Amino acid sequence: MLITGHREIADNIFELKLQGDMAAEVSQPGQFVHIRVSGSDSITPLLRRPISICSVDKKEKELTLIYRRSGLGTERMARAEKGSRLDALGPLGHGFPVPQEDAGSALIVGGGVGVPPLYGLSRELVKKGFRVTHVLGFRSAKDVFYEQEFATLGQTIILTEDGTSGQKGLVTDVLDGLNYEAAFACGPLPMLKAVKNKVTGRPLYISLEQRMGCGIGACLACVVRASDTNDGKGYRRVCCDGPVFKAEEVELC
Amino acid sequence: MLEVHLPGLDLKNPVMPASGCFAFGAEYGRLYDLSKLGAIIIKAATLEPRFGNPTPRVAETPGGMLNAIGLQNPGADKIISQELPRLADYDVPIIANIAGSEMSDYVATAKKLSENPVVKALELNISCPNVKHGGIMFGTVPEVAAELTAKVKAVSKKPVYVKLSPNVTDIVAMAEAVEAAGADGLSMINTLLGMRIDLKTQKPVLANKTGGLSGPAIKPVAIRMVYEVSQKVKIPIIGMGGIQNADDVIEYFLAGASAVAIGTANFVDPFVCPKIIEQLPKKLEALHVTDINELVGRSWRPCVKKNASSLR
Repeated sequence: MLITGHREIADNIFELKLQGDMAAEVSQPGQFVHIRVSGSDSITPLLRRPISICSVDKKEKELTLIYRRSGLGTERMARAEKGSRLDALGPLGHGFPVPQEDAGSALIVGGGVGVPPLYGLSRELVKKGFRVTHVLGFRSAKDVFYEQEFATLGQTIILTEDGTSGQKGLVTDVLDGLNYEAAFACGPLPMLKAVKNKVTGRPLYISLEQRMGCGIGACLACVVRASDTNDGKGYRRVCCDGPVFKAEEVELC
Repeated sequence: MLEVHLPGLDLKNPVMPASGCFAFGAEYGRLYDLSKLGAIIIKAATLEPRFGNPTPRVAETPGGMLNAIGLQNPGADKIISQELPRLADYDVPIIANIAGSEMSDYVATAKKLSENPVVKALELNISCPNVKHGGIMFGTVPEVAAELTAKVKAVSKKPVYVKLSPNVTDIVAMAEAVEAAGADGLSMINTLLGMRIDLKTQKPVLANKTGGLSGPAIKPVAIRMVYEVSQKVKIPIIGMGGIQNADDVIEYFLAGASAVAIGTANFVDPFVCPKIIEQLPKKLEALHVTDINELVGRSWRPCVKKNASSLR
């Protein structure tokens, strides 16, 4: 796909815009693309990198991805220039289900680089008439991104671990007082576990992250155990059965 | 030009996805017509279902990857009832990879799968580095490998290809032992045992600590082993390890392989197998080769006859 925009929007956090026909195939927020960072003539890094789709503009055939520069692959990706091309496979996986009717209120909880797919989700929910509350946690002020973008969609509570932006604390500190009928979360595993303990009696959808091989369900690198011990398969593949699951469907460990 | 005939296998081309990298074909079958492939080596079957190892199960390395999936599979019965009927719809021979913890497991699994009409050959997995019992244990002691091969041969209704481990000091001794025990062919090589340690946590990256190294990084090791073994055995070799393109396929043939399997490269480019099959005729033409079988072992044969398939 053609790179139509690429900029650093927070400390080591990059916003990448990709244009191509794949944009038309995105069916749910929370799907991802599998990017071959090395290009076709290099074997380093060898494997593709799964990056979640932040939002999609079908009219402009454009995907927005947000990723953190943190290793060999994303360091290479961060050097990709506007106007050049990236080999992207996708859209892959099952994302967040957006209810077709019965608009109500939704809680969106994100942590760090888990925040991006929730932006596309929130846009879809707002489009369907949902009242959306965002609770977004970051380490520090330098890590915060998309605060304004989320704020235009609904109430947005920012938390940082060191209190340098928004409230000081963790996302789970503020969930008790909020009203919502369904919740959606993406972030580090400890955050997802804590959110799962707080959100009871209402549907909670979580997006999981896992090291992947193929990205299409064949290699079984990214499996998680199914919660139901009588489940026929006993496992789910994060890449193709997920990355989004109902919180009670999978074991978080 | 690309047709290859091996025990139990009439292949329209010599390119097949390697076991464990292609599951049972359903996922790649959504991307292209599996009938284009020479064959499919399906994911290892064990007698009982296995969940496999904890995650992380994969870690990238320079030019390669480590995996420790741990032979996750639904068990022989479910593979027969749920996966093989779907594969019967394609015009492609299926090679069933079988694994176990005890010799009796291997024998029972081999018997079941070899009786299925969809399965044209077995690949005996005596080389998985990622399971505590069985797997590699059977692949590192020539006498044990030979005994297992003989037992599986005794019950199998189909030809048996033994998949050798590179984690041995003398690969030729292993190959000669299983050939003497009745193996119809060899698959080589399985992954090389390796490890990566995370600098932040200062612990192994893989939950299983060690894993099997695959990808371009291991190709020279595999080429050397195919080169050595093919000169000492009469049975054909399916070569594998780090194949990325048509040139790599030709290199394996020159080393002494009669067919090839492609593993890790499927993760990098899901269309790599049909792409290579499409590129091979042009590559052969450039070498003035009209039949790919002519290339088998050309790197060590003193003089190559016009039709090398008779030498196999």
